Amino acid sequence: MINTLIGDIGHTSVIVAFVAAVVSSYAYFMASRSKVELSGDNSWRNLARGAFYVHGAAVMMIIFSLFNIIYEHRYEYYYAWSHSSNHLPVYYMISCFWEGQEGSFLLWIFWHVLLGFVLINSYKKNKVWEAPVMAMFSFVQLFLTSMILGVVIGDVKIGSSPFILMRDFMPEAPVFAMDPNFVPTDGTGLNPLLQNYWMVIHPPTLFLGFAATLVPFAFAMAGLWKGKFTEWVKPALPWAHFAAVVLGIGIIMGAYWAYETLNFGGYWNWDPVENAVYIPWLILVGGIHTMIAYRRGKSGLKATYILVIASFLLILYATFLTRSGILGNASVHSFTDLGLSGQLFAYLAVFAVLAIGLLVYRWKFIPTTEKELSTYNGEFWVFIGAIVLCLAAFQVLFTTSIPVYNSFLGFIGIESNAALPADQIEHYTKFQLWGGVAIAILSGVAQLLWWRKGEKESFADALTLPAMLTLLFASLIIVLSKLGVLNDTIDNPAYITLLVAGLFSIFANLSIILNLIHKKVSLSGGAVAHIGIAMMLLGILFSSGYSNIISENTSGMVYSREFPDELNRDNVLLWRNAPVQMDKYTVSYHGQFQEVIGVPGYVDRELLFLTADPYKAIARGQIVANEKVYFDTGDTLELLSPENTYYEVKYKERETGKAFTLYPRAQVNENMGLLASPDIKHSVSMDLYTHVSGLAPEEKEWGELKEYVLSAGDTIILNDYVAIFNGIEQIKQVPGVKLAPGDIAVQADMKILGETKNYHAHPVLMIKDQMMGRVPEEVADLGLRLTFMNIDTENDKFTIGVNATQKDWIILKAMEKPFVSILWIGTIVMSIGFVMAIVRRKDEGGSPRAAKPKQARKAQVA
Amino acid sequence: MKKTHIIGILVIAVAIVIIMSSVGDASTYVSFGEAMELAEEGNDTKVHVVGRLKKDSQGHIVGMQYDPLIDPNYFTFTLVDTNRVEQQVVYFNPKPQDFERSEQVVITGSMQKNVFVADKILLKCPSKYVEKEVQQNTASL
Repeated sequence: MINTLIGDIGHTSVIVAFVAAVVSSYAYFMASRSKVELSGDNSWRNLARGAFYVHGAAVMMIIFSLFNIIYEHRYEYYYAWSHSSNHLPVYYMISCFWEGQEGSFLLWIFWHVLLGFVLINSYKKNKVWEAPVMAMFSFVQLFLTSMILGVVIGDVKIGSSPFILMRDFMPEAPVFAMDPNFVPTDGTGLNPLLQNYWMVIHPPTLFLGFAATLVPFAFAMAGLWKGKFTEWVKPALPWAHFAAVVLGIGIIMGAYWAYETLNFGGYWNWDPVENAVYIPWLILVGGIHTMIAYRRGKSGLKATYILVIASFLLILYATFLTRSGILGNASVHSFTDLGLSGQLFAYLAVFAVLAIGLLVYRWKFIPTTEKELSTYNGEFWVFIGAIVLCLAAFQVLFTTSIPVYNSFLGFIGIESNAALPADQIEHYTKFQLWGGVAIAILSGVAQLLWWRKGEKESFADALTLPAMLTLLFASLIIVLSKLGVLNDTIDNPAYITLLVAGLFSIFANLSIILNLIHKKVSLSGGAVAHIGIAMMLLGILFSSGYSNIISENTSGMVYSREFPDELNRDNVLLWRNAPVQMDKYTVSYHGQFQEVIGVPGYVDRELLFLTADPYKAIARGQIVANEKVYFDTGDTLELLSPENTYYEVKYKERETGKAFTLYPRAQVNENMGLLASPDIKHSVSMDLYTHVSGLAPEEKEWGELKEYVLSAGDTIILNDYVAIFNGIEQIKQVPGVKLAPGDIAVQADMKILGETKNYHAHPVLMIKDQMMGRVPEEVADLGLRLTFMNIDTENDKFTIGVNATQKDWIILKAMEKPFVSILWIGTIVMSIGFVMAIVRRKDEGGSPRAAKPKQARKAQVA
Repeated sequence: MKKTHIIGILVIAVAIVIIMSSVGDASTYVSFGEAMELAEEGNDTKVHVVGRLKKDSQGHIVGMQYDPLIDPNYFTFTLVDTNRVEQQVVYFNPKPQDFERSEQVVITGSMQKNVFVADKILLKCPSKYVEKEVQQNTASL
């Protein structure tokens, strides 16, 4: 039966949330007016605050309703039907909650609400900022909630509601003409690529980062608006750090998800959707640097305004890019157009006009210092660093926007056929590599100058030790690589430069930390974060620059086709159980495995008798893992995800004899083709990354049935294998069949001698309800199917039918990625540095305790 | 000249270099005819070509060849571009699994001698973009 109540609750809550956001932003606006502020009248503020709390409560109600629809499998709702399915575990229900655009907007809205609550309550003693900052918050919420309104006025559609019913979404479907109360029994499920634990935690992190960029922006706007041109920096700074670290972690989580789940062979593909979040992050980090420089030297406030405002506008631009469908031709994973592009553009345009307009209007009031910065001054180099970050961001922005230029030119009637660069990785690397070099060097130099307060001699002294260590270690690494200790020789000048720069940044910042340990270690957050960044750069350098495909085709096939040129024959074909030499390994493929609930690791599909319900199987034999028996023959098993197959690939290092097994995953999805996920062997110095890039067809073509009449003990040759017929035995159970009293089942016992091991096959012949039934047995490893055809009891002869087929195979691609672990460790180090900086800036700045003396002084002046 | 001015000029210079170089790297959507002209001029920059698979009157795909047992890294097919020009395309990688189902194919690469060597294939399957219909057989009555 259709439950319309929960959808109505949800939809009503959206409307309430929208109206409350309108009221709250208007009331906060009124409360921010100087006249109201001076009069001490709190009524506007109280109204606004109340409205924001109502808004927050309504948002929680929307989330509850939508999650209830998904959790209770209410497929009368389009959102549940198109994103969820009956077998989805709860943690993936959470990710299907935000798989759709509407849900991801909700996630964003939710974080704004929480941040809003924190802001309302964190300046209890000092109410200066609440009204103007929250006015901005509510105003943003007004736009965001309008995206999920789902209201049609005339021809204008405002927002897309997640609470739309199936019959309203596709009214022309014949099912609904027959039965308007029709409810599908199952949903279409979550995109299999998103069925990964990173997809459960990565989007909330990213959206918290998105949401957090609003805080410094709102402070900057409040500062401009209220004429508090300098005071906003202090409370905004820890928030800017918070936004940068959360967004940064979110970006890296996405990269790690791609590394683990997608098969493009890396963690960063320069896909427009990836770029869209990278650009604002760079700008925001640049903004943090100018803010810090301003806090110390009182210069660069205008630059700070520009960068903080730009980072938020670029978040909106990113939203527009990924959700308007404008990248449809250019990106694999942008959302499709929901008809919201106009609304998204309006959102972007309103804030761009508002922010830039206000900035221009107030520009001449923003204080500047006339003092010229000395080259021996830390702040000067911090500015240069911010400029490099901006240029790096600009380069990514300029190229990523190519599809936008196309549509814009098309819009004004000029035809343009520009496409993104054919080799994106090469294109972006060309610039970003040097950006990385500059940032590494500047972060070292600027840190040294910053803490030395810029006297020439002491700077030269400070520089000596890190520079010496850098040259020592860099030459050591290069020499080692020449001697063949590392897998590759490091001789590319650009890579050597990045190596030297990265090492310099690490040593310079380490020397800062060592110095600060004696004084005040809590100040070293910046140095720690910079070490993290330098480690990330080095990790990227080794893992990408020296990534090595090892699955080159060594089959010795002669190319007699068009091109004898050097080609990347990057994939290798593996026959089941036939080892192949690949680089320093011997690899072999050993069959298809499945995940069974309650059994650790993977279970060989040959042990599973599949049933009509794809999620259930019957054990053909004992299911053993780690020498423990989990299931006995005949037990019913539950499969975790039957569409995913794991391919067992054994690696053996020929020199050392070390062996390990990888299980790359793949599924053939009817909508999306082959979805392959790698399996990765991690080690300290190297990741071995293996994925399947082609599969033998699922439907096997069986050869003609050949019949053999055998007596117990006979030996025959099948498909080049020796097979021994041991005899027959009566059995009480047949997997998947219910035997009634009077039914008889017998199985033949065949032993087949394979290359590496022996196989037992037990084809079954039964008489059930006076009908003859046969359950053939397949030995996939050998490409054989045995059928017990008949029994001649008088002569003790048995007829066995045999079909042969081509053996199973997979196409494999494998690559080595050196020192990719340094990238992930660097991310953690960077985050620790950021957190240290947040703690320090919070203690120093925003707290009421620190604010007091300032107020007192003001009072004296007054 | 003040230091800030020098920096400003440098920044503008770098920005111009970035723009010029990005414009130079940007690829274009072309037809096979234009791709051939480029190749004849000795220009081997990679281009994008949009096309459809060649099909016979029964809707079977024509000119597609992939036998992983002989060579898993060789896949060839015939693409018809928007000007109805047919061209053999070679892709030295395994065949994308849902290739036959695609409505439209975007390839990146360049003409070499008389074949187009693709290094990237972007498929557009109708099912990827259009929501599936509800199937009658899922009815619960």
